[in-house]
Amino acid sequence: MDNNNNQPLLRLEHIGKEYYGNRVLSDISFEINPGEIIGLVGENGAGKSTLLNILFGNSVIHSTGGYDGNIYLDEKLVHFTTPHQALAAGIGMVHQEFSLIPGFSATENILLNREVLNGSLMSYVFSERVSTLDRSEMHKRALTAINTLGVNISPDMLVNEMPVGYKQFIEIAREIDRKNTRILFLDEPTAVLTESEAEILLSALKKLARSGIAIIFISHRLSEIKELCSRILVLRDGKLITDQKSEDLTLRQIASLMVGRESLRKEEKLIEDIPEQPVEIGDINETLDLGQKPKKKKKKKPALKVEHLWVDMPGETVRDVSFEVMRGEIFGIGGLAGHGKLGIPNGIMGLYPAGGKVRLFGKRLTLNRPRVALNRKMAFVSEDRRGVGLLLDEPLDWNITFTAMQNQGRFLLGIPYIFQVRNEFAMAKEAQKFIDALGIKCTGTSQKAGELSGGNQQKVCLAKAFVLQPDILLICEPTRGIDIGAKTLVLDTLKEYNKEHGTTIIITSSELEELRSVCNRVAIVDEGRIAGVLPASSSAEDFGMLMMGQNSNFVGGEEVNTNEKEGENIA
Amino acid sequence: MIRKFFDIVANNAVPAIFILISAFAIPLSGFSASYLVQELLTRIGRNSFLILSLLIPIMAGMGLNFGMVLGAMAGQIGLLFICDWGVVGIPGMVLACLIGTPIAIVLGIFCGHILNRAKGREMVTSYILGFFINGVYQMVVLYLMGWVIPITNPTLLLSRGYGVRNAVSLMGIRGVLDNLLPTVIAGTEGAKQFLNVNGANTYLLLQIPCLDGAIRLPLATFIIIALFCAFIIWFRKTKLGQDMRAIGQDQGVSHSSGIPVNRTRIIAIVISTVLACYGQIIYLQNMGTLNTYNSHDQAGMFSIAALLIGGASVSRASIANVFVGVILFHLMFIVAPMAGKNLIGEAQIGEYFRVFVSYGIIALALVLHAWKRNREREAARRSMRGDK
Repeated sequence: MDNNNNQPLLRLEHIGKEYYGNRVLSDISFEINPGEIIGLVGENGAGKSTLLNILFGNSVIHSTGGYDGNIYLDEKLVHFTTPHQALAAGIGMVHQEFSLIPGFSATENILLNREVLNGSLMSYVFSERVSTLDRSEMHKRALTAINTLGVNISPDMLVNEMPVGYKQFIEIAREIDRKNTRILFLDEPTAVLTESEAEILLSALKKLARSGIAIIFISHRLSEIKELCSRILVLRDGKLITDQKSEDLTLRQIASLMVGRESLRKEEKLIEDIPEQPVEIGDINETLDLGQKPKKKKKKKPALKVEHLWVDMPGETVRDVSFEVMRGEIFGIGGLAGHGKLGIPNGIMGLYPAGGKVRLFGKRLTLNRPRVALNRKMAFVSEDRRGVGLLLDEPLDWNITFTAMQNQGRFLLGIPYIFQVRNEFAMAKEAQKFIDALGIKCTGTSQKAGELSGGNQQKVCLAKAFVLQPDILLICEPTRGIDIGAKTLVLDTLKEYNKEHGTTIIITSSELEELRSVCNRVAIVDEGRIAGVLPASSSAEDFGMLMMGQNSNFVGGEEVNTNEKEGENIA
Repeated sequence: MIRKFFDIVANNAVPAIFILISAFAIPLSGFSASYLVQELLTRIGRNSFLILSLLIPIMAGMGLNFGMVLGAMAGQIGLLFICDWGVVGIPGMVLACLIGTPIAIVLGIFCGHILNRAKGREMVTSYILGFFINGVYQMVVLYLMGWVIPITNPTLLLSRGYGVRNAVSLMGIRGVLDNLLPTVIAGTEGAKQFLNVNGANTYLLLQIPCLDGAIRLPLATFIIIALFCAFIIWFRKTKLGQDMRAIGQDQGVSHSSGIPVNRTRIIAIVISTVLACYGQIIYLQNMGTLNTYNSHDQAGMFSIAALLIGGASVSRASIANVFVGVILFHLMFIVAPMAGKNLIGEAQIGEYFRVFVSYGIIALALVLHAWKRNREREAARRSMRGDK
């Protein structure tokens, strides 16, 4: 460690940020010393990205009114308004998505826009950009950067021919090549890596830190954070909850700090309110047996059985998912954004290319055909309310009856296949029924769907699904973008519908508390796979552990890390 | 393995089809080899420069620059002025280039700015932009010339006193570049005949005994084209060229690494437009007549068709594609009418074929491009799926 000057490399004082009056960060203060590795953890929306954006001078921050507080680099006040200023000051950033040019070699990518140039007369006459590149010198510099990481990648390899893991190394090599890089931000660098690749990366990072570079590491894999980082910062709701040495924290403690203790008690109360329902907890491998079995009832067949499902939904890729949902159950799917929870219902309904086996009441469901899925009496409420869910410029009665009309031939007059017209009267009657039942606030059935508030639009979406009289209802993000009052209403509606009709409901939501308050069981998706399925009554901590990539193999505390040695061998 | 084979076929399908068509049509046309070679050499000299001007925007990821007609119009305005002033020969051509360059630069900057506002839809935008600028060009040539812009030569003007005639003779510069270094390739017999007709001392004579007949080689034009190719090769090695390649593949990444994306794209279009201006001047000095109102129209469409026939795609094109394309495209033009006549007694079929093929090939290339890009995206995401 290069700590001789005894002053922190980077110091943050009372950093805060508001987006349009919505506070996302408040009073964040910490410091980083040279050669230190800091782990930054928090749920979605905890403020990690905002903090990084501030430190890296992203234009989003500046264009929305800047930030509060001060940042000191080498005890000098700095204020970055563009990423280029941050880069010049020695801050390097490795993004979650690869920012590499696919058709370029490793060398070309590492030295992108910092190419070594041959001097020439032309460059004096015009500009530097007409000088030719010094390929051999570039090759040397790329090799040096790659070697610093301790990996073996040919500098001439094209990026689009590389395994995913290599790309991550190239990104880091690019930051290292910048002579003045002293602080490196890594935003979920291991999310796309295999286990062994991740290990190589971790040891490479340790090696980098020894050379004096400070690292801020964001990951949702807690065991990695614990292994790599000397200090761990936990963010929750825009506040710095803890800043402790990683030895002083157990994985379980971190998880519970992230999800938050205060909200826990509130939830526990909510859970008590759930009426007991005749549900059989399936004998599923992933189910964590926490000894909280519900009352046994007569054996029921699963309503939906999913085996090895993959879904190619951009940004929400599902890799390999298997689970069962019982008849009459409310099943929740939770997990962090981008890990594939939304991909599952979208894939089952046929909206994105999918593969694997899905059985509906024992019978195989043809994938990739939305019409087939609808005909099998499944209904879907999309997370994209305005894009997929509603015909914004059409009246409510159209919206509510549209899918039923298209797929079940209802609300039509005339002779099928020959001549049919809409039965406006029946449509309006049906729509009015749901407007009354769900309490949709509108001027009447002929109001345009686009004119309603978010909560009421969501109710229209639900009504549209209810009209189909489905056996299984798949609902994505039922409460996204609607206010708290409307949230409870929507959730209560779902519960009631389930109770009255015995409909199986699958809810996908980013809000764990919400899932725990409505569902019987909740599956947590992590990196495109099911990390585990827990009864809703399980503790928030247990859910947090699953979300953070800690599988069922933890036993309430520390995990022994056997991987470190292997990792170094591979490196 | 099958995928790879499929890729090779998909990448080379267009040139392969043309080679096949030519292989049938050449014997049917009954043309002699020396006639075909002569025609091809002339057309390579005539068209290559125009087609080469398309390469740089493709490198910068802006697709086929349909906006090259802007450059062609600039060149034509230069030519109109030298015709009016009566400047002939090489000085005339140089002057036409000098007049055309600033116009082409201004049009290029204009085009570049517009294309920067229409990212991802460069091709259709530049195509429509071509129509728009054509309107401006027609206004200048048809109404302003001879009225606001002084044109004194009455043979250029319409009888009403302003506006330029449709057919303008370029006798003053006709063939001046092609014949600057007069060269003939001929067999022993052919050489004798040629010298008898044309006189001895003015031609550089290359004798190749096995040839029959004599072939004129536009050497100076070829040298200019070779210099242009050298320029492109050098350009690719420069920092600017590297930046353009980076932008062509991913603008977001390039921007975040500090490359001035918009400025570089404008530079690419300006270079292309200026070169198209020179290309059109070279093309017209070979033709010898200027169709004031349609010469430029065809320049863009046929150049793009030729490049695509050479195996280029919307995102990838090389110098080799240019020459393969010029040869195949024009070989078909030369032989198709004659083959059509010998086959069905109808020469019109060749002309029909020419237009049909040009537009067809561009449509095919655009479809192939979209299809390939989707397939690549899907392949890129496939790795994210489950293990099976």
